[in-house]
Amino acid sequence: MIEVTGLVKTYGNKRAVDGVSFSVKRGEILGFLGPNGAGKSTTMKMITGFVRPDAGTATVDGVNIATDPVAVKRKLGYLPESAPAYGEMSVEEFLGFIAEVRGFRAADAKRTQVDRAIRLTQLASVRRQTIETLSKGYKQRVGFAQALLHDPPVLVLDEPTDGLDPNQKIEVRNLIKSMAVEKAVILSTHILEEVDAICTRVIIISQGKIVADETPAALRARSPGARLDEIFRSLTRSDT
Amino acid sequence: MKQVSPIFKREFLGYFRSPVAYVFLVAFLVMSVSLAFSRYGGFFKGGVAGMESYFGFFPWLLLFIVPAVGMRLWSEEKRSGTVELLFTLPITTLEAVLGKFLAGWAFLTLAILLSFPMALTVAWLGRPDWGIVVSTYLGAILMAGGYLGVCALTSALTKNQVISFVLSLGACAILLFLGFSSFTATLEGFLPIAAADALANFSFITHFDAFTKGVIDPKDVVFFLSLMGFTLFLNVVALER
Ligand SMILES: Nc1ncnc2c1ncn2[C@@H]1O[C@H](COP(=O)(O)OP(=O)(O)O)[C@@H](O)[C@H]1O
Ligand SMILES: [Mg+2]
Repeated sequence: MIEVTGLVKTYGNKRAVDGVSFSVKRGEILGFLGPNGAGKSTTMKMITGFVRPDAGTATVDGVNIATDPVAVKRKLGYLPESAPAYGEMSVEEFLGFIAEVRGFRAADAKRTQVDRAIRLTQLASVRRQTIETLSKGYKQRVGFAQALLHDPPVLVLDEPTDGLDPNQKIEVRNLIKSMAVEKAVILSTHILEEVDAICTRVIIISQGKIVADETPAALRARSPGARLDEIFRSLTRSDT
Repeated sequence: MKQVSPIFKREFLGYFRSPVAYVFLVAFLVMSVSLAFSRYGGFFKGGVAGMESYFGFFPWLLLFIVPAVGMRLWSEEKRSGTVELLFTLPITTLEAVLGKFLAGWAFLTLAILLSFPMALTVAWLGRPDWGIVVSTYLGAILMAGGYLGVCALTSALTKNQVISFVLSLGACAILLFLGFSSFTATLEGFLPIAAADALANFSFITHFDAFTKGVIDPKDVVFFLSLMGFTLFLNVVALER
């Protein structure tokens, strides 16, 4: 579903992403793991068409983001880092806007999609509240609701469990897992247990380069007996 | 172009989701009316029932009001990060630019039309020339659109609303001042006269004047519309950069 080849992005004299290639199939949950500043968000921004790559291509369901960005964006649900949303709108109004842009213009089609997204992300209790008054966890869920509103075949989630408490984290992970059966999912995280808990494959990225691309089990097998975070530390260096 | 309408709707209603819009509309009305009645406006002194004194202030009033409306257009999206959300939705940059611009323009039009009670007052006091009233309203709305195009562009250049406001104000002020003979005389000091004249043709005052006399010259209409078209084109370029 997602094919990425040789993506490069340079900011000033800093290579944020340096030749990243991978692919994700339907039914896979790919964990994008790496220290802060490794280039996870930048890679996702290039796949979703927000940032133009300096080199390389990204295709979603066979469509190249560079040649038909709107077609790709229709297939994607994207949760950007820190879940931006129009703070002055209520949850319902905001999701209604997303539904309209996603093509659900008729009142009942719109209501069906909004209600479904609210139910999946358990936002019913705050649906009439303005987004700026919500707690971090609820804001994150609004971003999540927005991403899955049109039931897209591909989900790109940038730190979906960031800022959630342990219970909420488990809920969100279960939700991602339950939806992933017929979707291709990429999620970024710097939490190792998350990868272990839900991902079918893991890519470790460090300083813009992929240093590992395998199943969590294979990663573990690299040095039997070692804890996952020790393996992670041996593969990456923190960028500061 | 189907996608313009949800963007427009969200943006236009957005003005009313915060109290700022109401404060703004009332302030606009109070300022324009009191300016017209002030000793500079000469609403009574004129002795003729007309909107000239009222509308004489519009280029000045809009100089401050439009940047206040336009500064947040893109700066706010950039500051809050929603620009990433917007541009990963299935819309083109042009659709987003048009939707947001038209919403701001509609809001300004509403503010301008709210002064219509003034026109009714004048009608009650005397016998205004309705042709002039209508053409002046049209001119004011077109001028607001011209200013807004400039402001939308400058607001796409920065995520800081204050910088955006100052840039917009500066750009709009230049467009306004180009119409004053003293300003163009200064320009003629160091530019060829033909060039200075050509620049004076870009002034808002020059093109607004005819409307207040009841003349709807296609040249003036085309001026404002092409200014909007040009600034919106640059707006798309600035965002896709
Ligand atoms: N808009 C930008 N301008 C300049 N540098 C940037 C920009 N976005 C990201 N970077 C730099 O690119 C690198 C990768 O960032 P990012 O992709 O956000 O990392 P991650 O999401 O893995 O924490 C960082 O060093 C960051 O400072
Ligand atoms: Mg990041």
